Amino acid sequence: MSDTEADEGGNRKVKRFMIVNRKAPYGTIYALEALEVVLIGAAFDQDMTLVFADDGVYQLKKGQQTKGIGQKNFSPSYRALGDYDIEKLYVERESLQARGLAPEDLLVPVRVLGSAELSVLMDEQDVVLSF
Amino acid sequence: MTAAVALKDKEVAVDEEGYLINLADWNEDVARTMAADDNIALTSNHWEVINFLREYYAEYQVAPAIRVLTKAIGKKLGPEKGNSKYLYELFPYGPAKQACRYAGLPKPTGCI
Repeated sequence: MSDTEADEGGNRKVKRFMIVNRKAPYGTIYALEALEVVLIGAAFDQDMTLVFADDGVYQLKKGQQTKGIGQKNFSPSYRALGDYDIEKLYVERESLQARGLAPEDLLVPVRVLGSAELSVLMDEQDVVLSF
Repeated sequence: MTAAVALKDKEVAVDEEGYLINLADWNEDVARTMAADDNIALTSNHWEVINFLREYYAEYQVAPAIRVLTKAIGKKLGPEKGNSKYLYELFPYGPAKQACRYAGLPKPTGCI
């Protein structure tokens, strides 16, 4: 966040960040790293929006069991996002449907949007980070 | 190089900032020893926060940032405890950072 500008009062400008999650929760480090970025952004009072698309929708799937792969199940962390005032969670409708999932299968309340609507939302951001 | 906290009967490994490497190594003695190394004797007020953090981590798998901790403590233990003045008096090195260390949690994300 080195390019965050300060106004005359020394207050840092709030930027609109969109974090796009496209990968399954395990097998790569992307999902966990994206979550870290989200929490750090929130700690700096930035405006955070999360999008889950493609296999990224699995990150929010209820009932994750990670014992067999010897990794920490970090999915309960998504339920703490509300404590960080992160409430803009979007899931791409096409990705959800293609995987036979419905909003009830997810750990947290989300808004389901089509890819056309999401691209409009994406245009409104200052920063888009894809994981 | 590995650092360690020396208990009566064994040592537990910690990272360069003093956080437990293996979260399962935690017990109340670890917290007491870490605090004693900082010249702090833990009171029931300290334990209230430490226990709260452990419950929060068990539930969400995340060590809460200071803002989140303050708000959540206020909700659970009342506004006279859910403010940074009270928490900084208990944990002068930074409530989230220091209390998370005593509680055996990782350093909170977003903490500098």
